[in-house]
Amino acid sequence: MSDQTATAAIDIRKTSKIYGRDRDTGVVALDQVSLAIADNEFFTLLGPSGCGKTTLLRLIAGFEQPTEGEILLFGEHLEGLPPYKRPVNTVFQHYALFPHMTVAENISFGLEMLNTPASEIADTVKEVLGLVQMETLADRKTDQLSGGQQQRVALARALAPKPKVLLLDEPLSALDFKLRKEMQVELKRLQNETGITFIFVTHDQEEALAMSDRVAVMRDGLILQVGNPNEIYDRPAKRFVADFIGDINILKGKLLSQDGAQATVKLEAGYEGNAGLPMDVTNLGGEVSIAIRPEQLSFVAEAGAADLSGSIQHISYFGSGFDYEIMLPGGETIMLQLQNRGAGKRAYSVGDQAHIAISENSLQILAD
Amino acid sequence: MVDVTAAARKKVKDIDLKHQPGFSQIAWFCIAVLYAPIAVLVLFSFNENRSVTIWTQFSLDWYVKAWNNEGIQHAALVSLEVALVAMLLSTIMATMAALVTTRTAPYRGMNVAVAVINQPLMVPEVVTAVATLIFFAIIKQLTGISGIGYLIAAHTAFCVPFAYMPIRARLEDMDLSLEQAAADLYAPPFKVFRRVTLPLLMPGILAGAMLAFIVSLDDVIITLFVAGPGETTLPLYILGQIRRGVTPEINAVSTVFVGISVVLVSFIFLSGKDKK
Repeated sequence: MSDQTATAAIDIRKTSKIYGRDRDTGVVALDQVSLAIADNEFFTLLGPSGCGKTTLLRLIAGFEQPTEGEILLFGEHLEGLPPYKRPVNTVFQHYALFPHMTVAENISFGLEMLNTPASEIADTVKEVLGLVQMETLADRKTDQLSGGQQQRVALARALAPKPKVLLLDEPLSALDFKLRKEMQVELKRLQNETGITFIFVTHDQEEALAMSDRVAVMRDGLILQVGNPNEIYDRPAKRFVADFIGDINILKGKLLSQDGAQATVKLEAGYEGNAGLPMDVTNLGGEVSIAIRPEQLSFVAEAGAADLSGSIQHISYFGSGFDYEIMLPGGETIMLQLQNRGAGKRAYSVGDQAHIAISENSLQILAD
Repeated sequence: MVDVTAAARKKVKDIDLKHQPGFSQIAWFCIAVLYAPIAVLVLFSFNENRSVTIWTQFSLDWYVKAWNNEGIQHAALVSLEVALVAMLLSTIMATMAALVTTRTAPYRGMNVAVAVINQPLMVPEVVTAVATLIFFAIIKQLTGISGIGYLIAAHTAFCVPFAYMPIRARLEDMDLSLEQAAADLYAPPFKVFRRVTLPLLMPGILAGAMLAFIVSLDDVIITLFVAGPGETTLPLYILGQIRRGVTPEINAVSTVFVGISVVLVSFIFLSGKDKK
């Protein structure tokens, strides 16, 4: 473990940022956050606005200084270093391209500041323009570019000086849906090709799941959970994480027994089975919240094969499938999501009694 | 870039003042009241006759006369010297003041500083004039130094708020993230200023400088109090001449003045517009 932290691209140790005089009267934007981001990782900070994700990014870039704690870049302390002495570059939310310079001048700016020889600058500019597929627009002024093109220039500009870490502050939020999808693929490709560590800030869970190697979910200046997209989606540790990412059912139940990260639970609605257990839940025999994704539920024909039963309250269509809202005997409602492919499916309508099966290993206990 | 739909455009049109009844009539009346006297002044600068009220024939005689008038020549040179130096000094100070009131972390007394910089605009000019006169008299008495420096200092002082306004406005419009991006791309503070802040601020600085130049060029009250012998500026000269009766020579000088102002104001207007 210590070996891994020593080589971390970014190592954040108990770092806090407090705006104002002190913890009690000021605003705590980041609260004792510790986080290690590995080299060559596509790491995403995900959370709602005001959760501290942008603050964390600005601390790494050097635009803000931490109130307490330390930040290391490949083992070297960053505290006290101004932004221009940190080998990290930022892609800003609104790109912040220099309007009085051409695309090529924008991209060469960082290299010039590093006193790179002119011939090398020309080569690099060409190389990164190729990387973002903008070779033909080198001599344009930046205000003659579309939003997507500006985005690419901003990326090229930040990549040109070959930073050790690239920081991306919600760079896709200003793009329309289709372009955003395209850029997600593009960003992932760029990260693979350059081998540079990307730290990506977003409030969009879909973006986070689509691109990241690992995701940190943040709220109120705290990191709630760190894990790969699978873990975050399938094994959310906290109620907030489960709620924030995708659709989820949260049911009441009882913790019957536990064995490491596994537990047996009994849902209030009747079902008894295995569930994933986060570390900080220990109230054996007590009430717990249990999460299950709507797509982990399915209809079965016979009552004997069913884990749960209930009556259908509401059906909504979303194109590739249906969401069924089902009232369980205990009064809880549960959402079941069904894709409309496959044959032999019977059509349900509101008011029908339905039998539901739960996929194996899909229950997850949540901490509050 | 924003796509305005036809419906939205119609709505804007309904609210738009230009489409209210009587708008253009009132507008033209106001413009006439403002500019008719100047038009008359310009017209009679080309009058062949001595009169500034009865038109006889077109001529450029008065311009030639004014050009050859040593009093006017001297006054014009004094005016230019004072205005140029005051413009330069006040613009530099105003730029520094604008930077420190927009580009630093908020500090105690920042609002007070802004108020102090803008205060001269609110104080009646005659008060400033008397205060400056007395203040300079004390300095003169203590040091024994005299000269045009006092007049330039006075002009610089009252030009600062005029230069400050457009520069500050421009800085406030400029996205802070541009300068952060430059710093992020390894530019130390001075290079950030030279490569990013200054070029983007230039239209504001030019506008501020032009404004300072014009304000200095046609100041009367403070100049009247502070100017020593041989430091008669053009407005003071005109004022002196008018007491002895107006000739089209004054009209000619004034017309040139108006011409300079129009050119400079157009410049400010156009330079402020290009980026928007």
